[in-house]
Amino acid sequence: MTGLAKQRREAPGPLEYLRRWPIRTWLVLVTIFLYAPLITLMAFSFNDSKRNIVWRGFTLKYYVQTFADSDLITAFGNSLTIAVVSTIVSVILGAFTALLLWRFRFPFKPALEGALALPIVVPEICMGVAMLVFFTEIMPWPTDLIWPLNLGAIIISHISFSFSFVAIVIRGRLASFNRELEEAAKDLGAGEWRVFRDILIPHMGPGLLAGALLAFTLSLDDFVITFFTSGPDTSTFPVKVYSMVRFSVTPEVNAASTILIVLTVALTAVALRVSGGQVALAEAEGH
Amino acid sequence: MTTPAKTIIQFENVTKRFGKMIAVDDVRLSINEGEFFALLGPSGCGKTTLLRMLAGFETPSAGRILIDGEDISRIPPNRRPVNMVFQSYAVFPHMTVADNVAYGLTIEKVAAPERARRVEEALALVKLDGLGGRKPDQLSGGQRQRVALARALIKRPRVLLLDEPLSALDAKLREQMRSELAQLQDKVGITFLIVTHDQDEALAMASRCAVMNRGLLQQVATPGDLYEFPNSRFVADFIGSVNMFEGRLLVDEHDRAVIETSELPTKVYLDHGVTGAHASTVWVALRPEKIELHKRGQGTPPPDLEDAPANHNLAAGVIRQITYLGSESVYDVEVTGGRTLRALRSNLTRRDQEDFVCDEPVWLAWHACSPAVLLS
Repeated sequence: MTGLAKQRREAPGPLEYLRRWPIRTWLVLVTIFLYAPLITLMAFSFNDSKRNIVWRGFTLKYYVQTFADSDLITAFGNSLTIAVVSTIVSVILGAFTALLLWRFRFPFKPALEGALALPIVVPEICMGVAMLVFFTEIMPWPTDLIWPLNLGAIIISHISFSFSFVAIVIRGRLASFNRELEEAAKDLGAGEWRVFRDILIPHMGPGLLAGALLAFTLSLDDFVITFFTSGPDTSTFPVKVYSMVRFSVTPEVNAASTILIVLTVALTAVALRVSGGQVALAEAEGH
Repeated sequence: MTTPAKTIIQFENVTKRFGKMIAVDDVRLSINEGEFFALLGPSGCGKTTLLRMLAGFETPSAGRILIDGEDISRIPPNRRPVNMVFQSYAVFPHMTVADNVAYGLTIEKVAAPERARRVEEALALVKLDGLGGRKPDQLSGGQRQRVALARALIKRPRVLLLDEPLSALDAKLREQMRSELAQLQDKVGITFLIVTHDQDEALAMASRCAVMNRGLLQQVATPGDLYEFPNSRFVADFIGSVNMFEGRLLVDEHDRAVIETSELPTKVYLDHGVTGAHASTVWVALRPEKIELHKRGQGTPPPDLEDAPANHNLAAGVIRQITYLGSESVYDVEVTGGRTLRALRSNLTRRDQEDFVCDEPVWLAWHACSPAVLLS
């Protein structure tokens, strides 16, 4: 015991980085810059004041106001609908793209793989303008359709950038697939479809979940591309918040943002829980 | 073993090309029912390709493969009466042990009660009783291999294929699995076809072995014949360790032969004839354990070889290196003329290792029946 106690006071060991003060300072600074703005935003959503400057006491009235704001609720509903539809479509599309790239050899495959990364590297503003031009010149999307068809243009543009994220995540996951598993299933009598259902899909599982999570959050908080593709009568949550902020940052905006943050964090937590941490891995592979 | 052996697998002039590379070259091979057959060879010799063609993962470029007289060359793997234990075991990671073992029966749509009974049976067969509920990541490497075995055996295949089944296990476990596999084969009576690069493994388990090199079948024989009567320099060198000399056939009669070699200070005498042209080049293969060591000091006469004339099968040399391996010692002896020979001596008593020391002059002697003469 005395030996241990004495060791504690000794200089930090070669790998005990956390016991060195520069590293500790660094850690504290990073934490502050990462989370302080978010925490401030959330805290002031409970502030009983019209302005986000001085703390005047606790209140929930801005949440009540937020939920009473029918425009905001409509925009929020639009956002969720767009996110859900575009996630489902881009996961299916992305999964098959990944399978295609992983499984088959064909001409121009490297070109296709490169093109897949385009929506990720192309500046979002360019994507937005491109989508605007596309939906006005090439394939005009009627603005007078009933809900949710009036969201079509936004959904299509969201799919077009999020499916490549999904494909890359799943492609990374497939790279770790042991081909002997597939052969073993065939050896035991499984046909192509059974191999796909019983062996390949379960292996892709964490990748599918990670891809879905990425697509969902990308769609939910996308502003630039949505801004260019939304019609005059359709608005999503980020676009609506932006229009509110143009006048002043009211606690109502804080409350709405807090709801969005809590929602996405909860969703991510659930996904991580379900997959036992493999989603984080798969996402890391994708980036 | 009383009934005449029935052929179960037949490779008829099977060739497999990958682009320009010939992986399997015109292989003709029959395997009998109930055999424990080993395909042995260095990596890249085509043995795995041969196995994969039998399983259905590769199709022959030429030739036919027959199982029970039926050509299966074009039948997909999921409809062949063979099952395989993969090198990586390929146990499905997301299924329990029981689900893994049951997988083949689930596809066959075997009724649940019978399936459960057979799974239990198969697990008991490989000594995994009670572990059916585990996930593969909760098993050791050896246990995972047993799952792969049970999963393949439950389908009651005509032939069980094993691809380097022991290479991923540690030494002790490997030895244990060797004897267990042999026992298992005895018990289930299924023909086993194993692929391995480890000659010890093949010699220990197989009833018959085929040695392959560069896509060609070199020799098919029992382990004993393979070791004692190799048919080529490749086989002699690949199986076990060997001292090899190039020489000329001087005398070749029906009951004796003499070979002269520049690498040894002695002629090699054999008590049997060799089929080769007079003065043709032949090779002599002499296993280290068949060379005897004798003291060569002042006043000690050379050992008397009863089965060879004077100046034959007896070489003077000096011990250059001794490797003590516990059960035996390896002596590297430099003979007159510069060539080093390897001799093996069992340590029969606890003092045997002290009999010889480094740099000691010795006689090397061997019997007339010991060397193997190779024509290619």
